[in-house]
Amino acid sequence: MWTLIKHRIFQLILVVWGVGTLTFVLMRSLPGDMAYRIAASRYGQDSVDSDAAELVRQELGLDASWWQSYLHWLVDLMQFNLGASLVSGLPVIETVQHQLGHSVLLAFTSVLLASLIAILVGVLSAFRQGTLDHSFLWLSTLLRSMPVFVIGLMLILVFAVAWPILPVAGFGTWQHLVLPTVALALSLAAVSNRVVRNNTLKVIRAPFYQFAAIKGLSPSQTFVQHGIRNISVPVIVFIGIQLVTVIEGIVMIESLFSWPGIGHGLAHAIFARDIPVIQGCALMMGVLFVLLNTCVDLLCHWIDPRGAQA
Amino acid sequence: MTELSYAAIRRRKTRIKAALTGGVGLVLCLMFVLFGQATSNNQTRSNTLAISGPWEFTSLEPSKQGYIYTRMNILETLLNVDTKGALIPGLARTWQSSADEKTWTLTLQPNVLFQDGSPLNASAVVSALRIAQGKHGVLKKAPIKAIRVKNPQQVEMVLSQPHTVLPALLAHYSTAILAPSAYNQEGVVSRLIGSGAYQLDTFAPPHKLTVKANPTYWGVKPSIEYAQYLTGHRAESRILQAKSGEADIVYTLDAAMLEQLSRADNVVVHSDAIPRTLLLKLNAGHPFLGSVEARQALSLAINRPAIAEQVLHVAEAASDQIFASSMGAWYLDQPQENYSLEKAASLLAGLGWQKDDQGWLVRDGKRFQLTLTTYADRPELTTVSTALQDQWKRLGVDLKVDVTNSSMIPSRHADNTLEVALIARNLGVIADPVSLIANEYTQGGGDWGAMNWHSTQVDQALERLTTQSDPVQAKRDAQLVATAIYQEKPVISVANYQQHNAVNTRIKGYQFDPFLRDYFINKMELVDHVDAH
Repeated sequence: MWTLIKHRIFQLILVVWGVGTLTFVLMRSLPGDMAYRIAASRYGQDSVDSDAAELVRQELGLDASWWQSYLHWLVDLMQFNLGASLVSGLPVIETVQHQLGHSVLLAFTSVLLASLIAILVGVLSAFRQGTLDHSFLWLSTLLRSMPVFVIGLMLILVFAVAWPILPVAGFGTWQHLVLPTVALALSLAAVSNRVVRNNTLKVIRAPFYQFAAIKGLSPSQTFVQHGIRNISVPVIVFIGIQLVTVIEGIVMIESLFSWPGIGHGLAHAIFARDIPVIQGCALMMGVLFVLLNTCVDLLCHWIDPRGAQA
Repeated sequence: MTELSYAAIRRRKTRIKAALTGGVGLVLCLMFVLFGQATSNNQTRSNTLAISGPWEFTSLEPSKQGYIYTRMNILETLLNVDTKGALIPGLARTWQSSADEKTWTLTLQPNVLFQDGSPLNASAVVSALRIAQGKHGVLKKAPIKAIRVKNPQQVEMVLSQPHTVLPALLAHYSTAILAPSAYNQEGVVSRLIGSGAYQLDTFAPPHKLTVKANPTYWGVKPSIEYAQYLTGHRAESRILQAKSGEADIVYTLDAAMLEQLSRADNVVVHSDAIPRTLLLKLNAGHPFLGSVEARQALSLAINRPAIAEQVLHVAEAASDQIFASSMGAWYLDQPQENYSLEKAASLLAGLGWQKDDQGWLVRDGKRFQLTLTTYADRPELTTVSTALQDQWKRLGVDLKVDVTNSSMIPSRHADNTLEVALIARNLGVIADPVSLIANEYTQGGGDWGAMNWHSTQVDQALERLTTQSDPVQAKRDAQLVATAIYQEKPVISVANYQQHNAVNTRIKGYQFDPFLRDYFINKMELVDHVDAH
């Protein structure tokens, strides 16, 4: 286990440097004048002009060579300083903290809810083959074929407009968290319940499972003692991947529900060419990716130590 | 080999419980921290006005997103603008110029306190104006030689040359007056302390801010305790916020969606004209666009009523002149130009353009091909661009549409690579449009106006408008400039804008500022309790 952790720390350092460098190179390679882009985001479309761009260029030293800027960023990074946003002037760490906190909260709650739904539906589908399984398959296909944005809109129409018990958009109270969480959870559970179902079927049809039943264990004892652990590993790996995907890619849900997440913030930073914010967001996402994968690996290792030997 | 014993099973169960408790605890902590940060404890539905709009904010600087803070009644300017564009007193009670129009004296309102309790006096105003002058904004471009204290209640602004629009500049959000304690040593705004009817309560950029009534306000005392602004990025979300009653006022609704509110008995939709124009900026230095006839032909080939009705969903928005009727002397009172493809084709034929087998106009072996640059900040721009692409195709003009960032318009203007741009220009960003027009239509044009277009008459008229204050001559000059732009078409107007806002019936005293400087929150009341929640 310690070897795994050591490997992951090394990976983390590589990811931080790699992601930061890659975003720097990509952003610098984009066509168009950075000064104009930044000025447009700072002062708004009605006030951006050549004077504003020149002011930005002088203030931020955008005429400096790329290697000077890169070196400056690298030295700052070594001092754990992510710099300040070129648009707002606020420290990047503050912006990322605010946005990442909201994204992580939404991701955790939605993945948690999705897992509950998926495990319940998946296990039920596996044990009760036939109409119920087919119904869940149809429902899963229907939900998955709908963009998450549409699920969100439908939920708003039902629970905020027709039956106004929850807010349409915003953040700051637990009620604001409900609709985006459910929208995301339904979309995620549409896939993960099939993963749970398939793995459950694989396990309950395995010879060791049938042997456990033959030797006299009740169905519930068999499932608890021999089922859960064997089903868990692939399901946890899948949920881990879903969690990372959700943190990184819920821009539409964030926009629809006015949720100040990192996906939305990153998209805006890219349009504005706000390189420190892009680097900060990408870097934190990279770190989170490594950390979450490490947690998933450790959890799987704990559940099934044979994985480490393999 | 896995250890199998009751002790091991117990240990495993304890670990699972600990992990689950830890996970749930983490999520709860995160919720507590995030929800605690973003909400003021005393806010309730009955004491809070909820406003939704599409604008984000990231900075406290008035030069950047000052319009949000003046609209939310946190910051105030020395002068204000009424709905007809006339200047009215703000923090300055009176303003007058010297005989040579090079010195302006502003007399401040008495007994005004900033939100930190410090008094508004000439010294604070001079300090705020000097800081504003050093940042991007309207003051930076004005010919100001000195800003100084005349006496504790009077400020003097000395100019290097007469500048008649100076009072209008003092109504712009970038010149808002902040308390001396709002700035740090570098002159950067570190705390938002103004003199407005509301003071900043919570600030969660880029989406939410809450303001609280300022009990020491010098003007109309607010009756609503809190007001909250929430950025609603998507038009779909905003309209649903209005419909559900969650937002009391929703600004900038999509016209195509207004039908959804027709059956909502708790919402009233207000549609008001604003001085923003949808226009085509043409590079008059381009070989195909150099002659007036070519530009006139392109204008004649635009079916404005169709665009206004089918794309913008506001039939009366169609306009062939850049100045809206609300802009007084600048508006040309004349019938609209008729869509005429035949007349347009004949004008271009006169310039040597002939259609080829595929229907494209060709001259000297070159196809009439242009690239239109536009941006996605305003969704209607892309749809109008494609409508224009189709309409000009009927004339034989091959139009490519490039949807990019708004900054590409001034950037391509600067490097002379722009051919055509579709823009939504706010001509009311300064109450008196003279300085904006002078920047954009003289000396060959400016970033958001004409490009490589020269008119000595217009240059002279705008010079007079900027330096002389004779009202009769000013009206004549404004008409001259408007006529020259209309006839020579360095830019082609497509439509004027209307802003659609939804207002909940529990709001009393709603007013709309076409110059988008003020939400007048302090003049509104909540008529409780027509409450959807």
